[in-house]
Amino acid sequence: MPAYYLEIIVVLLGLAVLTFDAVGRVEDKRSLAGLGVLGLVVVFFLLFKTSKPADPGSVFWKFYATDSLALFFKGIAILTTIVVLLMANDFIPVLQRFGPPVEAKAHSQSGFAEFVALPLFLCAGLMWMASANHLVSIFVSLELVTVTFYVLVAYLRRHELSLEAGVKYLILGALSTGLLVYGLAWLYGATGALDLSSIEKALSATENPLPALFALAFILAAMAFKVGALPTAFWIPDVYQGAPTPVTALLAVGSKSAGFIVLMRLMTPFLKSELLSGKVVAVLAIMAVATLLYGNFAALLQTNVKRLLGYSSISHAGFLVLALASAPSHGGALETPATTVAFYLASYAITALLACLVLSIVSAARHGDDLDSFRGLGKASPFLALLMLLSMASMAGVPLTIGFWGKFFVFQQAVFSRLWLPLGVAVIGAAAGFYYYFRLIFSMYLETATGADGNPLGKDTLTKIGAGSRIAMILLALAIIGFGFFPGSILALLR
Amino acid sequence: MTHVIEFIVFLPLLAALAILVGAPARPTALAAAFVGLITVLVVAFQFNPDHEVVGGFAYQFTSSLPVLLDAKGNAVLSLAFGLDGMSLVMVLLTALVLPAAILVSPPESGIKGNPRLYYLSSLLIAAGALGAFCSTDLFFFYAFHELALIPTFLMIGMFGHGANRVKTAWTITLYLGAGSLVLLGGLVALFYASGGTTFDISEMVQQAKIIGPAESDRWVYLVLLIGFGSLVSLFPFHTWAARAYAEAPTPTAMLHAGVLKKFGLYGLLRIAQPMLPDGAEAWQNLVLVLLLGNILFVGYSTIAQKRLDLMLGNSSVMHMGFIFLGVASANVIGAHGAVMLMFAHGISIALLFALCGGLRERFGSTDMAEIGGGLATKMPRFGIIFAMAAFASIGLPGFANFASEILVFFGAFEPMQKSGATTLGPLQWTCVLALWGVVISAVYMLRAFRRLFNGPVRVGAPDCADLTPAEQVPLVLLLGVLLLVGFVPGLLLKYLTPSLELFSTLGR
Repeated sequence: MPAYYLEIIVVLLGLAVLTFDAVGRVEDKRSLAGLGVLGLVVVFFLLFKTSKPADPGSVFWKFYATDSLALFFKGIAILTTIVVLLMANDFIPVLQRFGPPVEAKAHSQSGFAEFVALPLFLCAGLMWMASANHLVSIFVSLELVTVTFYVLVAYLRRHELSLEAGVKYLILGALSTGLLVYGLAWLYGATGALDLSSIEKALSATENPLPALFALAFILAAMAFKVGALPTAFWIPDVYQGAPTPVTALLAVGSKSAGFIVLMRLMTPFLKSELLSGKVVAVLAIMAVATLLYGNFAALLQTNVKRLLGYSSISHAGFLVLALASAPSHGGALETPATTVAFYLASYAITALLACLVLSIVSAARHGDDLDSFRGLGKASPFLALLMLLSMASMAGVPLTIGFWGKFFVFQQAVFSRLWLPLGVAVIGAAAGFYYYFRLIFSMYLETATGADGNPLGKDTLTKIGAGSRIAMILLALAIIGFGFFPGSILALLR
Repeated sequence: MTHVIEFIVFLPLLAALAILVGAPARPTALAAAFVGLITVLVVAFQFNPDHEVVGGFAYQFTSSLPVLLDAKGNAVLSLAFGLDGMSLVMVLLTALVLPAAILVSPPESGIKGNPRLYYLSSLLIAAGALGAFCSTDLFFFYAFHELALIPTFLMIGMFGHGANRVKTAWTITLYLGAGSLVLLGGLVALFYASGGTTFDISEMVQQAKIIGPAESDRWVYLVLLIGFGSLVSLFPFHTWAARAYAEAPTPTAMLHAGVLKKFGLYGLLRIAQPMLPDGAEAWQNLVLVLLLGNILFVGYSTIAQKRLDLMLGNSSVMHMGFIFLGVASANVIGAHGAVMLMFAHGISIALLFALCGGLRERFGSTDMAEIGGGLATKMPRFGIIFAMAAFASIGLPGFANFASEILVFFGAFEPMQKSGATTLGPLQWTCVLALWGVVISAVYMLRAFRRLFNGPVRVGAPDCADLTPAEQVPLVLLLGVLLLVGFVPGLLLKYLTPSLELFSTLGR
């Protein structure tokens, strides 16, 4: 079965959800999310059944790559969407409060079907991004994702923060789209080609680097917006905070990982050209340093957990850009840069999804997502607190968690490429990370929160966790520890 | 017996998991601790002290599971366990302190907060230590030690004593976290210095010998010294230790001061000295100055302490100086002394912290003036055990500490005898000054005993019961070990000799 069938199936799944909602008179709309999850699980297993193209030379395969990297990122996109749909299920009360206004006669969960269908369409976009290797398909798939996000970020239309986030994301997203198109146009002008393999040939033969570098500047600025790296990462904290928590998870994990594979594919021709690679590495190294400094140091002062996760996501982007910057001279390192980036993103996905799951439950139960909302969680719900502890440990890169390996591979790439200054900044950043991730642990276990009646706050609502979310959380936690011991099993997928 | 080490390492982890999902905390922890102790004792009897030494290491009961392969399919990194004499002694120490620490933990009803977390954390700290000591792979050696970081933070912050416990928890976490990062940097540098192909410790030692020491290796040693040193509270990186131990709950203080802290010294002996002998030689004088800081500077501040827990915390920092002396002399006798002293100090400080916890439980304070004197009349059994523990800590003959310290001191003079020199070198002068530390220990230990147990009973002192038989079990267990090893040090020395022969080629 060709790999692009999967995207088609996911789109059909989204349409099916909408159709069932329109004609089926579904009583409890959570079953729609259930349908989506089931469908995606099937698609995930189909991922292992895809076949290589029979005629790789034909025009279509210039648009669409099916290497192991593409399949790996498709897997990340599918798993992310599954978790997001499970989160959406627990998110219904918030949607009812802040979502689209409900008319008197309408279903009490009206508006939920779209909240399920849109992530499915988005998932198809992310999967396509993973395969895009042609400037046109890169742009179109990116837009499919971005436009869907415009809707999702502002979904809580009766909630000020969500609206603010929507506007910010829309304006800055449109700006970055403009930058990207402009950059791609220059790249086309400089090389006369649209598919990346021809661009690679053209760039290695070019004698005048200026047009290509000009294109690079715009492409990097635009892609930095998608992956959350400086110079265009300033939207992240506001939008993460304002967006509905499931959408935050989708932004943090799905958008970032798909953005990185596109960035990686776009950078490869530049990095392989002898004339350009030195300059590209310098630019990427500066980007990495700036991103690491900004993400980590701004995170130190945050009191809102969603903003904290936002800044932490910027700092993770810094580590990833550092891995990209060490691409040309990695000889001797254990893993290739592409593998390093893919592994790091997988580890980040697992860790961040767990954090978002816990966060959405806690913030729904306690009506807030400040650090204070996590006070005394260790007592009120030891289960959630322990999961959050694991997730934070993995984010910080404590050994024997999956997060450690991500950082380990990045550091070792940097050592081999002799990027000492960025490496030093990355180590300092990781040390700062210990502080701000531990602060959350500190709030959960060492501070107490008591409601007016003297009982731990929200204890009864905290224990009502949907079975799906519960299973997902346990599986993610097991993955953090399991792959923490045996990272090789993920790497094997990439070989 | 092939997977017995995995069993020893993962038993506390499994027990912690069982407690997490609902098994009764105290019985599970106790069962795990005692099953572990019995297994370790069986392993010790099965251990063949005359096992063939390959490249300086004679690992037995080895097992290995590749975790990360390079492009050619060779294992770069494996979850590999094995025991040689040195690690066996450290594992014995852990296995002995853990049951005692669990036994002195308060019953579940007496814990303010979540009792599961209390027992679970103790098990995790012990698992971290066991994993580090049993690992034959550099990476897991480091990683298992890190496992103990978060439980220690939570234990001190949640269950610690005193109003400042949260601040103390932060201090120890940031201090040890930063120390570990420095250490990680040093270990990665070491990995590349030894060829960058494997994390297997004995292979790395081999390759370090083949490739030969480079100039830059000296700096790697310094980084390792700072990293390991801040984990062992080497002067001047010792400021986290005394307060943390004073404010930690009793089992945490026992496990951390007794067992986990020895990780840094073990690392220096196992990794830094054999792989970077030139670095060790280059920085020897620095180590000597710093260890005198531990023995004399911290020693004098120990005398000035008014609270028993702070005094013990400081004394534990001070005694690290003697172990460092054994490490720094880098010869066979000194290394024997260092490992023996790690064991003896671990047991004796755990015993003292257990006793200190008993006093805190009875009087609600550890201030020696507040508790007052004359306890020996009211609690004779407590007094006897405390006196014995104090004697052990001072290093009186008959206790394991004496047998170890004497080896350390002989080790410092061994180079003189070897070279036939007639004047004292820096190492010997340090040893002479360090001997003064024994006097300092005697001063503070005996003063503490006098203030607490001798003299008249303070007017208005609360009534307090002597040790119950149940309370005596962990104390007598530890004290018995100290006496046994003190009278028959050969019990442990026979394990150590083959694994420390390595040092005969390193020292001057």
